[in-house]
Amino acid sequence: MVENESPYKKYLREERLPHIFCPGCGNGTVMSTFFKGLEGTDIDFENVAIVSGIGCSSRIPGYAKCDSLHTTHGRALSFATGLKVGNPDLDVVVFTGDGDAASIGGNHLIHAARRNINLTVICINNNIYGMTGGQISPTSPKGSFGTTAPYGSRDMPFNLAELVSAAGASYVARWTTTHPIQLSKAIQKGLENEGFSFIEVVSQCPTYFGRKNKMKTPLSMFQYIKENSVNKRRAEKMDESELEGKIIVGEFANNPHAELTANIKALAEENSDKPLAIKSAFEELD
Amino acid sequence: MIIIDSKLCKGCDICIATCPKNVYSKSDKVNTKNVYLPFPEREEACTKCGLCELSCPDQAIYVEKEVK
Repeated sequence: MVENESPYKKYLREERLPHIFCPGCGNGTVMSTFFKGLEGTDIDFENVAIVSGIGCSSRIPGYAKCDSLHTTHGRALSFATGLKVGNPDLDVVVFTGDGDAASIGGNHLIHAARRNINLTVICINNNIYGMTGGQISPTSPKGSFGTTAPYGSRDMPFNLAELVSAAGASYVARWTTTHPIQLSKAIQKGLENEGFSFIEVVSQCPTYFGRKNKMKTPLSMFQYIKENSVNKRRAEKMDESELEGKIIVGEFANNPHAELTANIKALAEENSDKPLAIKSAFEELD
Repeated sequence: MIIIDSKLCKGCDICIATCPKNVYSKSDKVNTKNVYLPFPEREEACTKCGLCELSCPDQAIYVEKEVK
């Protein structure tokens, strides 16, 4: 490690720094917490492949010094599924945003969760489409403002963590960028979990969400998220009226069950008495 | 010792908000992008928990841990 440098900088492509994210954007924090979570596991950084779709959060793989795949809008999970089934030895991590995962890629998300494929999905939920100019996203809270909702959004937002755990994912957690330690622990658990792991990170977007919702500075957005997050254990004892506008954080599901690539491998071995031919591109087959 | 990389800092002040010991303050110094940098004013209060290092969105903070 180079001296007098952030310990997370060694994982980044230094020639591309400083990154493109706005001042105070949560994506950088999520990047650091991911590297901290990775340090806690015995996964080799060389063996990690990061996949992303389109959006601000999906620019993260461009800065990480490992194999990365920047794919079409909403289809990050489909590409990641192909990558994982093609080479089950890889540790595939998907960085995605709320518009990417919940809106255009909504079906891919629920079906990846249903199949319980061994991926780690980190969904950075900033409640708005930041890259395209502040349109309302499927997770924008009721009453929030955006360029497409000048009178406030009237729709009910998606509760992504509940949606994915209902669809059958084996590990689901939600934290915010104001809980970096808990978030890195959750990412570590997700990486170690054999099955679909979904970590939703509620993040700040001072440039678009903040400016439209009277929180212009990164600090005011940061304080808003910090003050309005309630732990799941405490939230269970609270009324619905008390929980309005609150962010419930914590672990939503942790029930490991049969995983897709293991199922495919077992099926091939049962029917042909030979190991699966596509198991690894690097292993010599006899 | 706390070192802030002036080339990477974008002046979001998240380190000031996140520090449990209230170590950081805003300084009058600007970097090449006209960003007012934070600086560790009350460094003796620092417990080296590393929360600012982890929270910094721009990977600009380095907290030197004591070698035992």
